Amino acid sequence: MKRLLIAGVVMAAAFAGSGPVMADPVDDTLEIDGTPIVTRAKAPEGHPFDEVYSGWLFREAETRDAERDSIENPGMIAVEDGEVLWNKVEGTAGKSCASCHGDAAESMKGIGASFPKWDADSKKPINVELQINKCRTEQMGAEALAFNKGGQQELTSYIKYQSLGMPVEIDLTQGDMQAWWEKGKDVYYTRMGQLNLACASCHEKAMGKFIRADHLSQGQVNGFPTYRLKSGLTSLHQRFRGCIRDTRAEQPKAFSDELMALETYVTWRGTGLSVETPSVRQ
Amino acid sequence: MTRRMKITLGAMAAVALSTAAFASEVSPDAVEFTDDGVTVSLTGVAGDPAAGAEAFKSRKLGNCLACHTSTDMSKELFHGDVGPSLDGVASRWEQPMLRAIVVNSKHVFTDETVMPGFYSLNVGQDVAKDFVGKTILTAQQVEDVVAYLGTLKE
Repeated sequence: MKRLLIAGVVMAAAFAGSGPVMADPVDDTLEIDGTPIVTRAKAPEGHPFDEVYSGWLFREAETRDAERDSIENPGMIAVEDGEVLWNKVEGTAGKSCASCHGDAAESMKGIGASFPKWDADSKKPINVELQINKCRTEQMGAEALAFNKGGQQELTSYIKYQSLGMPVEIDLTQGDMQAWWEKGKDVYYTRMGQLNLACASCHEKAMGKFIRADHLSQGQVNGFPTYRLKSGLTSLHQRFRGCIRDTRAEQPKAFSDELMALETYVTWRGTGLSVETPSVRQ
Repeated sequence: MTRRMKITLGAMAAVALSTAAFASEVSPDAVEFTDDGVTVSLTGVAGDPAAGAEAFKSRKLGNCLACHTSTDMSKELFHGDVGPSLDGVASRWEQPMLRAIVVNSKHVFTDETVMPGFYSLNVGQDVAKDFVGKTILTAQQVEDVVAYLGTLKE
């Protein structure tokens, strides 16, 4: 009864201000083409939340439905374009991705759930975008793709899509991954810009609340690249940069150490959630 | 005299005038916080509640509605709820405390407070170059917003 009373008060307050009528993640389940998607999971040890939630639970019914149906999901076009790139011969070695990796449905399964991972050559974490570039420059004799150019998002979407439904779990025991996790945690809690906001200000402290029309999620990254209804296909580092710009701070470069550390840490914060690439969001 | 020179001179004259008008303006670093809040007006010029209401809802200025609801603004879309409703806020706080909260709420609440300081240079890292050394609101806009908040009585 107490909970009902509290809910009543919250609803009354919400209606009084013609404001939000929804506060918590919705009670809904997701299945895509018969694959069950974990949208709520017990948080890993040391996590500030008890339970982690997919951003899908914070979106409106229409947006959720668009992701539920892969025919309706506009992000699937990127996955199809990515498949073409997977099979496209490029570079002096006369190879495509498929020349070495064959059927992505088999060889890439699990990749989207386990990156970023430790790269012993560069002594840094490597994500899917940078792994593609490493293959291109070292194996294919092709140029590295510039950030968000040349089909980078599409190929990344295609590769991550092969892990649809698999729970995210990155290996922090390899190399210096733990130190990069720590560095990423520092970035996450550092207040940025004239508005003096950290990632945590919105996605931890104010999770579930509304900032203007936006229902603040936990800022999970399990669905990237994501299809945003207002701006189309959006890569993770593009989203990081957009959020940081909105604090009125200078934007770090994509794939900079700062953002690679953040990707490592934030990916860990979504441990146990299914890969949802390409997710559909606001 | 070229057109550009005229514009430049005009702008310089305007700056000189506004500096003269706000000679008594308190700079962000000189704002004094007391137990009662910020008791001294930042400009000595009474705040205009109508201008304050505009700054309150403008996304380019205060954008206060991003985080707060206010029944008074019910015609505006998309009130946030990161912060408390501001209905009756003037019955809960005296004017000096409202001014202190708008200037830099971290002095009133805690360092953990999400709300930005609207007249503070104690800000986050790597401020974008267009905003370096600038406050979110001007001293007079703070006075205007405080005047508007003063109308929100129970």
